[in-house]
Amino acid sequence: MKALVWHGTADIRCDTVPDPRIEDGRDAIIKVTACAICGSDLHLYDHFMPGMKSGDIMGHETMGEVVEVGRDNTALKVGDRIVVPFTITCGQCDQCRRGNFSVCERSNRNRKLAETAFGHTTAGLFGYTHLTGGYPGGQAEYLRVPFADATHIKVPHGVSDETLLFLSDILPTGWQGAVQCDIQPEDTVAIWGCGPVGQMAIRSAILLGAKRVIAIDRVPERLAMARAGGAETIDFSQDNVVSRLNDMTGGKGPEKCIDSVGLEAHATGSLDSMYDRVKQAMMLETDRAHVLREMIYVCRPAGVLSVPGVYGGLLDKIPFGAMMNKGLTLRTGQTHVNRWTGDLLRRIEEGQIDPSFVITHTVGLEDGPAMYRTFRDKQDGCIKVVIKP
Amino acid sequence: MSQTHARTPVRGPTPRPAHSGHARLARGLGWFSIGLGLAELIAPRALCRAIGLPGRETLVQAYGAREVATGIAILASHDPTPWIWGRVGGDALDLATLATGYEHDNPRIGGLALATAAVVGVTLADVACVQGLTADKRLPPPGRFDYADRSGFPRPVDAMRGQAADFAVPADFRIPEPLRPWTSGAPASGRSGVPA
Repeated sequence: MKALVWHGTADIRCDTVPDPRIEDGRDAIIKVTACAICGSDLHLYDHFMPGMKSGDIMGHETMGEVVEVGRDNTALKVGDRIVVPFTITCGQCDQCRRGNFSVCERSNRNRKLAETAFGHTTAGLFGYTHLTGGYPGGQAEYLRVPFADATHIKVPHGVSDETLLFLSDILPTGWQGAVQCDIQPEDTVAIWGCGPVGQMAIRSAILLGAKRVIAIDRVPERLAMARAGGAETIDFSQDNVVSRLNDMTGGKGPEKCIDSVGLEAHATGSLDSMYDRVKQAMMLETDRAHVLREMIYVCRPAGVLSVPGVYGGLLDKIPFGAMMNKGLTLRTGQTHVNRWTGDLLRRIEEGQIDPSFVITHTVGLEDGPAMYRTFRDKQDGCIKVVIKP
Repeated sequence: MSQTHARTPVRGPTPRPAHSGHARLARGLGWFSIGLGLAELIAPRALCRAIGLPGRETLVQAYGAREVATGIAILASHDPTPWIWGRVGGDALDLATLATGYEHDNPRIGGLALATAAVVGVTLADVACVQGLTADKRLPPPGRFDYADRSGFPRPVDAMRGQAADFAVPADFRIPEPLRPWTSGAPASGRSGVPA
């Protein structure tokens, strides 16, 4: 089959690889009908996340039709249409029973690596480093879904792939980012980053009833899309974010702050980001923490910081004194996808939201490698790429 | 069910290779840098003799170390732009050093001129590369793409605000109760007030 394969920094190719096969009784194989490039795939593309090996298949936003089912999998049958959550979940461990699917205790087959890096294992992820299991990803013609009897979202026929695909990641990720804020009717929610997750977080905050949503980015078309979704916007290339947020909130700061940027904050956007970039180059730091610093500084005392943006390793110069003395609450984590998707699917079916608004490019697998670069460089108005194998 | 498909047409890719020509040129310059640097480290005497600058062997070796380090940095970095700028600076140093050899009694003036021409050529390639890399990162002019109609909602935003108010935030995702008065903007019911 054809698949998008990681070969090194900024080197992804459309290769022919062996077809997947059932390896466990709980598995299923799907024929991929649609998949997408995620912003967090760019951390792999740029090789900021450790644990990739040449030959790894990319992709963790995938949906398709079940074409083969393991003998112990009674939850699925051939012909079922499913969206595949990016977190692989056993559905049986203590964390899964609590709904903390992204920290499933069983699905990471390289748990020792994760324990070394993070102290404890986290869930296995599709196409996202050997720290999270080294599972082949879904930017391919076929995908093996481990623990498929628990790792799936059954979706109805008659609704387009484009409308349903983002149940796999960015919609529940933006949703969890907003839910982590426990939004109150008087809240102002500031959201850093107007990429796909930021766009979903904006819509989620509106649906959850935020009085005001303020979105921060520098790319004009992303800011326009944010405004379309109900956000006021700040262009950080034009304005000082902290000053503007304080001005817009009467000096009090936003009650809730969401980091939809993660470890690759714009490297030349601020002095501290340039400092981070130099330290990254010298291998003295792994992540650029500009957004975290700014959120801690500007958030209203006793407010909440929600971090759906991905971080991978060690961060420097975190103003934890401000964090502690302002009594801020920090909530973060990979998304517990299945915890939210039943509710979100209902909202899609009822017409509250159609996540396909974010798609700007639809291509075949062979164009995938070029689209990684276009997406990374924010060229051609690119916000979200869907791939139809 | 209601659908609100984006009205702006979805596009295919604008032809754009996975690696830009400037990125490939940068990698080529990286390898060139390492090659030249190794030559300067290993054979400084021969190089100095060829351009009529005897006695500069230590300086040439230092330049060689600089070239190797810059080459490795170009090949290893996510963004080679600052390292190519470093090469441009190094080119200026090289040209200044070569300029000191233009004296009447230099018996290798031909070799020196050849080396100078080569360095000028490489400098032009470095400058073209760094300009290209910078242009690659430049954002398109604002307003080229109009996403103002992409709300994702079936009705105007104000009509959608709070539509998910039926969602019950799970207990483990709720704000700690002691913080609620401050975040909700109103005192919590049944509380006696804030401790001094």
